[in-house]
Amino acid sequence: MIALIDYKAGNLTSVRKALAAVGASVFTPERPADLEKSEGIIVPGVGHFGATSALDRDWIVAILARVEVGRPLLGICLGMQWLYERSDEAPELPGLGLLDGSVHRLTSDAGDTPLKVPHVGWNSLARRREGILMDGVPQGAQVYFTHSYAAPVTADTVASTEHGEAFASIVERGPVFGVQFHPEKSGQVGLQVLTNFLRLVG
Amino acid sequence: MLSKRIIACLDVRNGQVVKGVNFEALRSAGDPAELAKRYNEEGVDELVILDITATLERRRALADTIHSVARELFIPLAVGGGIRTESDAAAAVEAGADKVSLNTAALSNPSLITTLAGRYGSQAVIVAIDAKREGQRFAVYSRSGQTPALRDAVEWAREAEARGAGEILLTSIDRDGTKAGFDCALTAAVSRAVSIPVIASGGAGGLHDFVDVFTYGAADAALAASIFHYAETSVAHLKDHLAQHGIPVRHAHPGH
Repeated sequence: MIALIDYKAGNLTSVRKALAAVGASVFTPERPADLEKSEGIIVPGVGHFGATSALDRDWIVAILARVEVGRPLLGICLGMQWLYERSDEAPELPGLGLLDGSVHRLTSDAGDTPLKVPHVGWNSLARRREGILMDGVPQGAQVYFTHSYAAPVTADTVASTEHGEAFASIVERGPVFGVQFHPEKSGQVGLQVLTNFLRLVG
Repeated sequence: MLSKRIIACLDVRNGQVVKGVNFEALRSAGDPAELAKRYNEEGVDELVILDITATLERRRALADTIHSVARELFIPLAVGGGIRTESDAAAAVEAGADKVSLNTAALSNPSLITTLAGRYGSQAVIVAIDAKREGQRFAVYSRSGQTPALRDAVEWAREAEARGAGEILLTSIDRDGTKAGFDCALTAAVSRAVSIPVIASGGAGGLHDFVDVFTYGAADAALAASIFHYAETSVAHLKDHLAQHGIPVRHAHPGH
């Protein structure tokens, strides 16, 4: 069973529907202790980094305990940003710190024509190294993004995407996984990414 | 590079697509779910359901329509038409809409934009602006283009962004239904004034109208209904044309 954590950062109908489509059994934990029975954890979320403050100390301890025993954790969009040390969007609020680096705002003045921020729409994945989530995903495949903040490209980056700069769009480090895009809204490519995660949960 | 989005609009009344549809392969030509599936297979980037039902039963009918369209669709789905209150928006979101589009309600009650952005995130809130040329300016109209809203389209778009809108759906009343091409001057004026994406609508007639609106019009996305419904052109054909003209687009089946 995958624990899909609902901390009220956006509606989860689409995420649930996509997970059901790839055959995942999902439950929504009501309290941190419920995570003990999870075989994998997904932290979704859209919006402001401040929303992650709903995931308090007890949640953090429970999530880290599962990661410690090797259970896979997938952060989606804001959920991925939360895996880092911090975000410029809410500097006073620490992230989980499972991945090195901090999340910054995309810049709009990166060339002759000003880029729009938020970065909304379909953009391509450029493979940086081998990764589990990219299994069966063709080079250059496009996925759906909607965000204003992004994580830097580091050794954890499996795929990057360009919007004025290259940022991390798929990250993996041991049992910790993150996608900046919305796999639940990214057609067949998105379903493939979710299927790849699901295989780890087994 | 970020692709320019092609959005298909389904005008729905009492659960049926009302603009003429003549896809031969469809079992039920007016079934929104069938049409949505077809567009998805052709590589459309996003869908909008515009509900024009005017009965008391509309909310249930709309929820059923959204549910049936969203069931097997894994691309963004927006719903507009008659979303007046927070509970209208909640019903659409719970049925499976990723975004709601506000038009008249945003004009009469702009705080609804902020309320919905707070509840679902800005990415879930589209403000639809219907605009008409008046001299050198573009005037906003409400109630399906019937009533002057006494606002300037560029200024209203800026205000909507400041209040929390995540996207602007901009329709040219002058061009809507004419197939004379998008109003590129209107689109560019609004698109350059805001940092959120602008979806151009109204006037799509031929393939090259889309090239124009993505270049001269500075649009981030373009929406059309009848050009696709009547199968005058397919989404795949349109995207090939755009790619040939250097416009970045998404091909739904990479490698093809």
